[in-house]
Amino acid sequence: MKNIWSITKKELGSYFTSPIAYVVIFGFQLLFGFFFYNLVWWFNAQAMQMAQNPYYYQQANINQMVYAPLFHNMSIILILVVPLLTMRVLAEEKKIGTEELLFTSPVSVTQIILGKYLASIIVLAAMLGLTAMLSVVAFAYGNPEFAPWLIGYIGLFLMGATFIAIGFFFSSMTDNQIVAAFLTFSALLLLLVLNWVTASGSGTWQSVLGYLSFSQHFEDMTRGILDTKDVVYYASLSFYGLFLTHSVIQSRRWR
Amino acid sequence: MIEVQDLTKKYGDLTAVRNLSFKVETGKIWGLLGPNAAGKTTTMRILTGYLPATEGKASVAGFDVFEQPNEVKKAIGYLPEVVPLYPEMTVAGYLGFVAAIKQVPAAKRKGAVAKVLRSATLEDVKGRLIKNISRGYKQRVGIAQAMIHDPQVLILDEPTIGLDPAQIKEIRELIKSLRSEHTVLLSTHILAEVTQVCDGVVIINDGRLMASGSLEELTASFRRKEGVMVKVRRGGEEAAEAARRIPGVGNVSVEGNEVRIEWSAGRDLRDEVARLAVERGLGLLEMRPVAMNIEDLYLQVVSGGIEQ
Repeated sequence: MKNIWSITKKELGSYFTSPIAYVVIFGFQLLFGFFFYNLVWWFNAQAMQMAQNPYYYQQANINQMVYAPLFHNMSIILILVVPLLTMRVLAEEKKIGTEELLFTSPVSVTQIILGKYLASIIVLAAMLGLTAMLSVVAFAYGNPEFAPWLIGYIGLFLMGATFIAIGFFFSSMTDNQIVAAFLTFSALLLLLVLNWVTASGSGTWQSVLGYLSFSQHFEDMTRGILDTKDVVYYASLSFYGLFLTHSVIQSRRWR
Repeated sequence: MIEVQDLTKKYGDLTAVRNLSFKVETGKIWGLLGPNAAGKTTTMRILTGYLPATEGKASVAGFDVFEQPNEVKKAIGYLPEVVPLYPEMTVAGYLGFVAAIKQVPAAKRKGAVAKVLRSATLEDVKGRLIKNISRGYKQRVGIAQAMIHDPQVLILDEPTIGLDPAQIKEIRELIKSLRSEHTVLLSTHILAEVTQVCDGVVIINDGRLMASGSLEELTASFRRKEGVMVKVRRGGEEAAEAARRIPGVGNVSVEGNEVRIEWSAGRDLRDEVARLAVERGLGLLEMRPVAMNIEDLYLQVVSGGIEQ
């Protein structure tokens, strides 16, 4: 555990001494703010109109009308952002030769990967946490429900953590950061749209591919529904990503 | 102590190290000497647990490299060929990180960092980012990180490469000061480094062991032989042929019109050699004693003159 934390601290240091983390977090906040502002503005306009009719007014729901689409948008932004956060994580160690220091230290490959993963997740949490500050306004001047809002955030976090594990895998395969970033981006986009095949029918493989897609599992969470099935999906995909990362590192040394 | 037995490493079809065996005693400094691409780095990577061997055994500080890699890693300080530095870290921050992953207890880390900063004379740059310091300083940071956990065994891959003469001298002094408390294996392709710093040497070429032993042992074995280098105007081959027939002559080698004739110590065959050259009318141009030392041996190894 101490070893993991040593690696995590070093990784956090390298995120925040280089401009990567600041730039990525700044961009993420900017986009989040823009989407949030627009959706709230649109919601206000809708609410004004709905106010003419008491029946419709009951239907105006900030969780459904602002947060659900907002979380949806942010999941797409995560697909763009996560590859930039994970591309250097293992590729750079290989390129500059520091992996030789790590792998000849009494620290296991699993500890190295977990330490790095923890650091990336902390950056993700910080990035999402900062956006949550905007919601203070929504809670102060409106009445969104807390639980669905929180579940939406949990969903985004789980999704981001899964993206990161996939990013680790591609970063372990190359010493070129651009290659790692682009492969991660392609894989994430593919996993997002994989459920499109379900449109063409409902055979076995369509439902398998549909299950593998992120979209299905995130949908419920944006609406505030926390299903263990979705949590298991994210947890197992993350585990698998990290497991493959471990295998890639080990097999490379045995070649 | 470092012990290597029949070590072989293959990268696909390429054999980098073949049946290598040697032994370094506790408290000694040994050099792993060989030309570029001789297998020095591969051997060191295997000893430090970075690469697995294809065959063979190796043990460091009493632990088997393949069976107890974690114990071995704790006992070794390693300076890889490419110094593993994080450019965005400060010198002191980097050494603190290495101390942490080398399992130096948190309470002792500050002291350990201060100590290596002093012994590698890095105090002036401890707060600077590694990317902003000079090559010589980077190399010294590399050596400092290898020493941070006060390991029993130090494995240094080309510790003086890329340094200026003054820095080379400093680093050599630093390594010499480690003797007796540490066992050191350093690789180099410079013979002077071995004769100035090391107690013993392992000479390898093309992944094979060429010679190994303490400097005294090797020098003594050379002292058992004497010889001359004879330069003739014509007929080098003929001269060699005739020289081989002189009783007591050992090894004879020819290169153009230069003939190298060796015999075991205690005799003096120079008269016979001279007479032969004159009698046959080969045109004796030069005759000088050959210094039989490690340098000769190493030159022969590098030029491919010795096959084992």
